[in-house]
Amino acid sequence: MSTVLDRAGKPKEKSTPASGTSRYVLVVAGLALALALAGIASLALGSVRIPPGQVLDALTGRAAPSPYRTIVLDVRLPRVLLGVVVGAGLAVVGAVLQALVNNRLADPFLLGISSGASAGAVLVLVLGVGGGVTTTIALPGGAFAGALLALVLVYGLARRGGTMTGVRLVLAGVAVSYVLSALATLLLVVAGRPEQFQEALYWSLGGLGSARWDTLALPAAVLVLGVGALLTLARPLDLLLVGEEGATVLGLDTARFRAAVFVLASLVTAVMVAASGAVGFIGLMAPHAARLAVGAPHRRLLPVAALGGALGLVLADLAARTVAAPQDIPVGVLTALIGGPFFLWLMRRRPEGAPL
Amino acid sequence: MTELRLHGLSYGSRLRSADLTVRAGETVGLIGPNGSGKTTLLRCVYGTLTATAGRATLDGDDLHALGPKARARRVATVPQDSGTEFELTVRELVALGRSPHKRFWEGDTGADRDRVEAALARVGLAELADRPFPTLSGGERQRALVARALVQDPALLVLDEPTNHLDIRHQLDVLALVRTLGTTNLLALHDLNLAGAYCDRLYVMVEGRVVTGGTPAEVLTPALLTAVYGVDAEVIPHPRTGSPTVVYLHSPVGGHKLSTM
Repeated sequence: MSTVLDRAGKPKEKSTPASGTSRYVLVVAGLALALALAGIASLALGSVRIPPGQVLDALTGRAAPSPYRTIVLDVRLPRVLLGVVVGAGLAVVGAVLQALVNNRLADPFLLGISSGASAGAVLVLVLGVGGGVTTTIALPGGAFAGALLALVLVYGLARRGGTMTGVRLVLAGVAVSYVLSALATLLLVVAGRPEQFQEALYWSLGGLGSARWDTLALPAAVLVLGVGALLTLARPLDLLLVGEEGATVLGLDTARFRAAVFVLASLVTAVMVAASGAVGFIGLMAPHAARLAVGAPHRRLLPVAALGGALGLVLADLAARTVAAPQDIPVGVLTALIGGPFFLWLMRRRPEGAPL
Repeated sequence: MTELRLHGLSYGSRLRSADLTVRAGETVGLIGPNGSGKTTLLRCVYGTLTATAGRATLDGDDLHALGPKARARRVATVPQDSGTEFELTVRELVALGRSPHKRFWEGDTGADRDRVEAALARVGLAELADRPFPTLSGGERQRALVARALVQDPALLVLDEPTNHLDIRHQLDVLALVRTLGTTNLLALHDLNLAGAYCDRLYVMVEGRVVTGGTPAEVLTPALLTAVYGVDAEVIPHPRTGSPTVVYLHSPVGGHKLSTM
């Protein structure tokens, strides 16, 4: 009678799942190679230029102790690795937030989560909680509380009657972000710690300059665990892409799932911000580029977004250290310079019918 | 085979104490003017609204108490299309229908993929499987969502205006397809002639209440159409199938332009 009723209708030959897979492998391998090259370039370039041969010798342990070896292994390598970790973490969180609020304009920085995290970190700093070794825990802890608070606030403000537009979301994020930044500044003034303005400014701008081997462990561990956990949630994250109602009728308890992933996203963001300050727009740009390359399903998207974010931040930091050398520009300034216009471009070329 | 029963199902003032039964294997239509509560009733059944009173049971199990995942294994629906922000391909979208049968970390198996391909072929979308879902026409999207409901492998299919956006051929195809699935079906339909032709029984809703029910021949009467919709109409047997067919009389005064089909 018709194609629809043709029960014998055989499935057409599977449309090249093989070529899809090999394309994916190609994208991942290409990004990994680019990341390795960018990393080696970052180790070689800077205020002191080191020949690539000596960089490799230092990395492979063949170099005799020398100033070059110290610069490569103790100064630049932790910084590059922190860039990898923070870039990957922010990109994955960005991708996940975009699914959670079903809006591609979401980013940990734009939604005020990063500001919440830096406000929390400043609070810990001013109160002098912990001190010494415990600072490595107290600071991210404060950042986590601030990040979660900001995310819950923004989500609550942006959502009304079950709908949430991009405009409302971004406005709420900007407003909450300003309030929390102002609060952090106020705290510093009231506490009479103007000397810590420098540190607070650093958090609000974002930079990798404080990278040391001993501050790298926590972000790296959180990245591996957080991204691992989010990867197992690829299926429910995909369900959110078809909207609240669609996800519910496909069996997802959306309220519970959102709450759980909010906590996870806040945790990853907070640890990244505690280590590097509020670096913006990586979480916006990397997932977008990754979607163009491998599509929206999260099982494929998240690893590519992570690699892309790592590559982006390592390159941005390389530029930040070399463009005005020996000046070290906060890398957040550079990502904002690129990311701001990108955000506007993304806003303008929205698919027809998509709610702004 | 699965039986759906509603006992005094209510949702605020939008749905008032609805009683209704869809017997195993039946296709039951819900008709009534816009705003009469059809969508609210269906949402309380498939779970995106929580009824404020009353119960909906599937073979005796309270649908609300089942929880989203267990419910989604037994009840599938085609939600009214809400534009999506992200570009899943048609195949990826349809594959999401397997989710209620999976642990959250599990990927799709070969058997799942075969089901997806079969469902795509069955709704005539095999050719478009790799297209981004948002680039499809309204009718194609509707069929993709029907395919997603098929791979969900439900016992009860709940459809809200499944013929929206479809041209007449695909309207007939979708309704005929629904009848061949072996599921128990509850559909809200605007088109009274399609309701009369494809449903075993009809329920009529007015202002949040289920006011009457019965076979199409019992329900679709000129008196009821006047009372419920405020239109003059004749109901005649279809010349070839004999199913009750509504022929509207153009109102001489009212400005409404009514279709004679």
